Amino acid sequence: MSLTLINVLFAVVAAIGFAALNAAYLVWCERKGAGFFQRRPGPTENGPWGLLQPPVDGIKLMTKQLIIPGGVDKAFFMVAPVLAMFPAIMSFVTIPFSENIVAHNMDIGVLMIFAFASMGSMSLLLAGWGSRNKYSLMSSVRAVSQSIAYEIPMLITVITVVMITGSMDLKVIVEDQTAGFWQWNVFALLKSPLMPVSFLIFFICSLAETNRAPFDLGEAESELVAGFHTEYSSMGFGLFFMGEYANIVIGACLTTILFLGGWGCPFGLLPGVWWFLLKVYLLIFTFIWIRWTFPRTTIYGLLNLSWKILIPISLFNLLLTAGLLKVF
Amino acid sequence: MNPSSVAAVGPGLLTADGLTGLIFLIMVAITLIGGIIACNAERLVRAVAGLVVCFVGVAALYYFLNSPFVAMMQLLIYVGAVSVTIAFAIMLAAPEEKKKIGPAGPLAGPLGFITAGLTAIAMIVLALKTQFVSLPKVNNGSVETIGVQLLSNFSMVFELVSVVLLIAILGALVIARGGRNK
Repeated sequence: MSLTLINVLFAVVAAIGFAALNAAYLVWCERKGAGFFQRRPGPTENGPWGLLQPPVDGIKLMTKQLIIPGGVDKAFFMVAPVLAMFPAIMSFVTIPFSENIVAHNMDIGVLMIFAFASMGSMSLLLAGWGSRNKYSLMSSVRAVSQSIAYEIPMLITVITVVMITGSMDLKVIVEDQTAGFWQWNVFALLKSPLMPVSFLIFFICSLAETNRAPFDLGEAESELVAGFHTEYSSMGFGLFFMGEYANIVIGACLTTILFLGGWGCPFGLLPGVWWFLLKVYLLIFTFIWIRWTFPRTTIYGLLNLSWKILIPISLFNLLLTAGLLKVF
Repeated sequence: MNPSSVAAVGPGLLTADGLTGLIFLIMVAITLIGGIIACNAERLVRAVAGLVVCFVGVAALYYFLNSPFVAMMQLLIYVGAVSVTIAFAIMLAAPEEKKKIGPAGPLAGPLGFITAGLTAIAMIVLALKTQFVSLPKVNNGSVETIGVQLLSNFSMVFELVSVVLLIAILGALVIARGGRNK
C-alpha cells in the first residue's frame, strides 16, 4: 500500500516536473528554432547560447502582478488556466516512455488521454467567456470549433490503429511494433495500405489540436490581440503557455507511440527510453519547423480542411482497414 | 448509504475501508454540488459549468465502481463533447448573458418544498427498508468484455441508441433548414 503511495507521489511529481521542464526549454528551442529559420541568432544574452533564458523568464512571470480586470467573471477567469494545465499532466500518467517507465499503465490508455485532452477545449471556452472581452470570446469560439472539427478525424484515425493492434493499451500498441522499424505502424502497409496517410492525418490533427501555427486561429495576433489569453497576466498566462507546450509533448508522444514504434529502436544502440525521447523531440522539432515555415490559414480553410478532406479520408481509411482485417 | 455507514460505524477513518468511504462521499458531494449549481445558477453559462462539475463527479463514481472504461467515456462524451457543444450554443445564441427570467411554476415556493421533502422521505424510507443484495461480480469490466456484451447480449440496446442518435441528427437538420429559409 505504502509502496503504491510512494509510486503515485513520485509519478505525480515526475509528471509535473517533466511538463514544466519541457515547457520552459521548448520555449527556448522554439525561439532558437525561429531564429534559425529566419537567419538571426535568437536568445543569446543569458548564459551560453541563451540557455539561462527559460529560468529568467519563469522568474519574470512569477514575480509579475496577477491582474484580474474589473469586469471579468472571476470564477471562470481563475479556473480556466488551471484547467489548461490539468489535462496535460493527467495524460502523462499513462504514457509509457519505455517498457518499465510508466506511471500507471491502463488497458484503456488511449481513451484516457483523449478523454482528458477533450477537457482542454473547456478551458479555452471558460477563458474566453470569463474575460468578458470581444476578442477573447471570438478567439475561444474559433478555438473550440477548431478543436471539435479536428478531434473527429483524429479519433477515427486512432480507431484504425486500435483495430490493427486489437488493444487500447498503449504498451501493447508499442509492443506490437517493436520487432523492427518495418513493423512500425507508419510502414505497416500490409495491415492497411493507407497507414502513411493515417499518420499524416494524425500529425495534422495534433498540430491543430495544440493550436499551433499554421492552425493558431485562436490567437491570431493580427486580428484578435492575443486571443483567449488577452486579459491574462503573470502566471495565469504562464499556465496557458505551459499547457500549450505540455500538449505539444503529449501530441508528439502519442504520434511516437501510435505510429513510430514507441521505444522500439531501429538498431538497438541505446536503451529504449532514449529512442522514445529522440523520436519525440524530432517530432517536436518538426512542429517548430512547420510553425515558422507556413503562414497562418484562414478559419474557413481550416474548417474545410477538416470537414471536407480529413474526415472523409479517415472514414474511408477506417472502412478499408476494417474490411481488410475481416478478409485476411 | 452503505459506505457512509461503513465510514461512521465500521472501521476508523484512517483505514482503507474508511478512506474508501470518505472518497466515495466526496465524489457524491461533488456530483450533488454540480447538480445544484446547474439547477440554481442565474446565468446559463454558470449552469453549464455546474453540469460539467456534475459530470466529472459521475465519472469519478464510475471509476470508483471499477469501470474505468465507462468513466473515460463519460469524460470524453459528456465533458469533452456535450458540455462544450452546449456552452458553444449558448455563446452563439445569447452572448449578452442575461439573467434567467421566467414565470414561476405552480410548484415554486412552499408547495415545492413539501414535494421535495416528501420525495426525500420516501427515498430515505425506501433505502432503509430495502435489503441490499450485493450481486456477484459479472466480469472484469474490461473493454473487451464490454464490447462483446454490447454486440451480443445487448445488441438491441446498442442499435436503438444509434437510431436515437440518427433521429437527433435528422431533427437538427430539419431545424437548421427551416432557419435558413426564413
